[in-house]
Amino acid sequence: MNNYETVFILTPVLSDAQMKEAVEKFKNLLTELGAEIINEEDWGLRKLAYPIQKKTTGFYHFLEFKAEPSAIEKLEVNFRRDERVIRFLTVKQDKFALEYAEKRRSNKQQKKQEPFAASKKATPVIEEEIEIETEEQEEN
Amino acid sequence: MAKQSEIRYLTPLAVDVKKKKYCRFKKNGIKYIDYKDPEFLKKFLNEQGKILPRRITGTSLKFQRRVAQAVKRARHIALLPYVTDLMK
Repeated sequence: MNNYETVFILTPVLSDAQMKEAVEKFKNLLTELGAEIINEEDWGLRKLAYPIQKKTTGFYHFLEFKAEPSAIEKLEVNFRRDERVIRFLTVKQDKFALEYAEKRRSNKQQKKQEPFAASKKATPVIEEEIEIETEEQEEN
Repeated sequence: MAKQSEIRYLTPLAVDVKKKKYCRFKKNGIKYIDYKDPEFLKKFLNEQGKILPRRITGTSLKFQRRVAQAVKRARHIALLPYVTDLMK
């Protein structure tokens, strides 16, 4: 069993119920293939950086799961066959990705508990540290 | 003395004090570069959406490869454009 993560984009023409149904379909497919779904995220309707099939927006979905390598092939075949899916990307998580994914999940949970805190603050703090350090160097 | 250094900082004429470039991933202990975070990856792109070379960003070879991989993945799932004008 390996850890995988997959991002897929559904067409924006779907209704909310249709979209959920499509996501459910792939989740069921995964469990049928013996995969264990670890995390699921709905990024909602996002603007695409460039048009795909003449569409400028799409529903982004993100799944993390544990599965056998053979399951990935079947999943991707189903992605290709499904017209509702306009783009997908499946990546195997290496040890660094795994660590990062765990941190990301715990951050998400914290965010749910206290909506306007955590995660977003983490990156700017690091940048500030860099600035301070460089200034010190110049004085020297 | 402190004032002088401040003036120097404001005018970019001080060519002799070259700032040493460093790899931000090594320095901050970042091990994994996430392709799902386009805002972070934009730091490594020019305004046409091309990946900046190592000689400009100072990234080490190991992490430059990972940045490139992440950028390419982000482009595939349309989080970043393949080509553009005036990205920032």
